[in-house]
Amino acid sequence: MSTFDIDVILAQMADALRQALTRDGRDRPLMVGIRTGGVWVAERLHALLGLAEPLGELSINFYRDDFTRIGLHPRVQASSLPIHVDDRDILLVDDVLQTGRTIRAALNEIFDYGRPASVTLAVLVDRGGHELPIRADVVGTAVSLGPDQQIKLTGPEPLTLESFSAREPGH
Amino acid sequence: MRSSLQVDEHGRLRHLLTTEGLSREVLTRILDTAESFIGVGERAVKKVPLLRGKTIVNLFFEPSTRTRTTFELAAKRLSADLLNINIAASSASKGETLLDTLRNLEAMHCDMFVVRHPDSGAAHFIAQHAAPHVSVLNAGDGRHAHPTQGLLDMFTIRRQRGDFTRLKVAIVGDILHSRVARSQIHALTTLGVPDVRVVAPRTLIPAQAETLGVHVYHDMTAGLRDVDVVMMLRLQKERMQGGLLPSEHEYYRFYGLTHEKLAVARPDALVMHPGPLNRGVEIASDVADGASSLILQQVSYGIAVRMAVMSLTLGSHASTQSAGSH
Repeated sequence: MSTFDIDVILAQMADALRQALTRDGRDRPLMVGIRTGGVWVAERLHALLGLAEPLGELSINFYRDDFTRIGLHPRVQASSLPIHVDDRDILLVDDVLQTGRTIRAALNEIFDYGRPASVTLAVLVDRGGHELPIRADVVGTAVSLGPDQQIKLTGPEPLTLESFSAREPGH
Repeated sequence: MRSSLQVDEHGRLRHLLTTEGLSREVLTRILDTAESFIGVGERAVKKVPLLRGKTIVNLFFEPSTRTRTTFELAAKRLSADLLNINIAASSASKGETLLDTLRNLEAMHCDMFVVRHPDSGAAHFIAQHAAPHVSVLNAGDGRHAHPTQGLLDMFTIRRQRGDFTRLKVAIVGDILHSRVARSQIHALTTLGVPDVRVVAPRTLIPAQAETLGVHVYHDMTAGLRDVDVVMMLRLQKERMQGGLLPSEHEYYRFYGLTHEKLAVARPDALVMHPGPLNRGVEIASDVADGASSLILQQVSYGIAVRMAVMSLTLGSHASTQSAGSH
């Protein structure tokens, strides 16, 4: 099992985001975290960037592409987005990018709230295994994991990121 | 028996036929899911893609506007395709007609039947004979059950009061003929309401009503004293002809909900009614339109509750129940 220094990763992400937003002239972004882990990461970034507007929270359960295979998620929660996303620069935050299916679902949901000017994607971890043409604009850390390895974010307090082998006891 | 037809061996809701026999966990899951659908109606696009590609049939053997429309809106907000089929019930060959209709609709690859029928047990019958991939929702069968109405009433109470376990709730009106009352009573007692009362004239209360776990009152002042919620029932006008009641006027005098009668309830008591309203028969206009009335909220909440039931039952046909991927 190995643990990451999450505070360092988050500080680097905040710097990269600040640069990217300045470069693109997106000075008033609307930050949206994907439940559950993405919201924890977004809460930290939101504070580091000193954003004034409240954080949006997205629940993608009604937009998943595997409903016919796994049914409704056992714990569904409502999304809470500011109603007006029209013409806003959205800063979408998730914990782990793997297949890209969560991000696809999140984009679909955001567009049902309105037509944003842009969407920037920031993820804490890109663990590979992409199945869709979706890449993050800002990546905290990119890891390559073996077939038996997993990565897991636990939180919200303390927020810890660990990778472990699925065969280790306790997991 | 009934709950095994409704709930599969994994505890998933397969059909919704009655609130009777559903566990508190299942009822709470439905209410929690409905809560997450509330916001959908307030967005720019009032739709989620959850049931895209599913076909839902409103199979109505009895006229209805509100229930049919809210089921229709629920299906559309879930992106399902919906067919409305209104069939005047023929008394002669009901069993055969029902099965034939069912087989024909199944041949069209429909995924869900929302059934309203004047005969008690019709939705059960259809659920027993439907293909395994089909879910059946009871939208009212005879005097038996109207579970989505009962559930939306629970949802309305929970949104206002949060907790069921300290409430006094009175159901007032034609208990004898009311499928709504039966669904409300089973849901209220299962959710832990300690004091459920039914208030009606002797002719409109079923024999041995106490066995349902309710307290029976024939007098409004006693029945409404200190209650937190008053749930009125519609007085079906055809009951007048059966000799069960002397006149609408007299019914209103003794059982119509007025501010005067409501005064013995708690000051913040909630007033509910499943609609359609008979103003001046079971409820005074100023009460129906008053500050404590939740009647129009019930209609809005009915859409979210029906969305929840539709997505839970159709989701129960999923092959596995593992978590998804990132």
